Amino acid sequence: MKKIDIAVVDYGMGNLRSVSKALEHVAPTKTVLVTSNPEDIANAERIVFPGQGAMPDCMRELDSRGLHDAVLHAAKNKPFLGICIGMQMLFEHSEEGDAAGLDLLKGHVKRFSAADMKDSQGAKLKVPHMGWNQVYQAKPNVPHALWHNIADGERFYYVHSYYVQPADDSIISGFSEYPKRFTSAIATDNLFAVQFHPEKSAGAGLQMLSNFVSWKP
Amino acid sequence: MGLAKRIIPCLDVTDGRVVKGINFLELRDAGDPVEIAKRYDDQGADELTFLDITASSDNRGLILHIIEQVASQVFIPLTVGGGVREVEDVRRLLNAGADKVSINTTAVLNPQMVADAANRFGSQCIVVAIDAKKVDNKPFQWEVFTHGGRKATGLDAVKWAEYMASLGAGELLVTSMDRDGTKIGFNNPLNRAISDAVNIPIIASGGVGNLQHLVDGVQQGGADAVLAASIFHYGEYTVKQAKEYMAQHGIEVRL
Repeated sequence: MKKIDIAVVDYGMGNLRSVSKALEHVAPTKTVLVTSNPEDIANAERIVFPGQGAMPDCMRELDSRGLHDAVLHAAKNKPFLGICIGMQMLFEHSEEGDAAGLDLLKGHVKRFSAADMKDSQGAKLKVPHMGWNQVYQAKPNVPHALWHNIADGERFYYVHSYYVQPADDSIISGFSEYPKRFTSAIATDNLFAVQFHPEKSAGAGLQMLSNFVSWKP
Repeated sequence: MGLAKRIIPCLDVTDGRVVKGINFLELRDAGDPVEIAKRYDDQGADELTFLDITASSDNRGLILHIIEQVASQVFIPLTVGGGVREVEDVRRLLNAGADKVSINTTAVLNPQMVADAANRFGSQCIVVAIDAKKVDNKPFQWEVFTHGGRKATGLDAVKWAEYMASLGAGELLVTSMDRDGTKIGFNNPLNRAISDAVNIPIIASGGVGNLQHLVDGVQQGGADAVLAASIFHYGEYTVKQAKEYMAQHGIEVRL
């Protein structure tokens, strides 16, 4: 059986090319496989779980491909990186389409409420939250391996209208402000997940992906 | 601190080659989109936009090859526009490595296509490009034009922007046809009217001649991002210089 270093979970929601290209760029000697086969996910050493589009569609497509259990099992047992909707799906429930998530982590996914969003100068803040925002590390004195060589307050690229609200604050590894503080990175034993797109965040994003590839939780 | 305003260099591509994008003195570099894209990435560009201006449909596929090459070496968001006619065109561009696809004339001819593309791929990757011109003797100030500014549509640009946002556009690229190529600055009243009318980000385009124009685009026009071509292509300014200038004028940027 072919060895798979990194499996990128493909459940038919959009383009995973950016993610796989960025991984190949930081880990040229590793095998990166974009796959919708549960066996590949079971066999791979580490998992990247991306996502774009709407969470109800993502959950439906994940289920229809028989990937639900494989992803859940991997998220509990091996180095696992969730990106964007791939982070949101780990939680109990999303306001987007009133959708149930994988329920691995306790908490909910909320929408930015455009009506009361103004910046410090009173200008209207748009939704989606799109562009480069600063990410502050929750525990900069004891940084997680995935923040290695990344400055506290570094900018990453976001595009999203929903964000996670974990029930347990201790899993929060990073946050941003728009205009209020929201959780932008979480960490548990073998799992790290981010709301921004490391694959589109230039040098800082590539550094994070490189950190993930060598992470030994 | 919060979300940064974005600077987006725009590259015109025809027959598979970048036709702007280099200093005239460095013609040997002409047409290497990967090299040009990398240079802008190194300078700190927040995104890149590729506009396919190929006239012949025979050569349209070449843009896919360019996007594939750029996407495997440059890891910032890439937007591609020009000649996007159907949902299948969007799919092909996304699969080649584009993060967003910009829809212009087709949005006017077939607005449902914007809704269909947003439903299928998500609003985050659907940009609607609006080419607008100041008009007199009409019940509105700015009219939407198509076909590179040659065809009037009778549509009020501000109302049109609201309609596109309601159909699922994730972002609007607003180009003033009066200003494009003039180097006298963005049409800030137009951009401000649209930015106030919609709740999605807008990119200002058309007319940049100096760095103060970028500042004005954000502060007066309410733009979330500013797009420019010639001031970067011909080496007048680097993206980094533009960002430093904006930062000095109180605009939050990624430096």
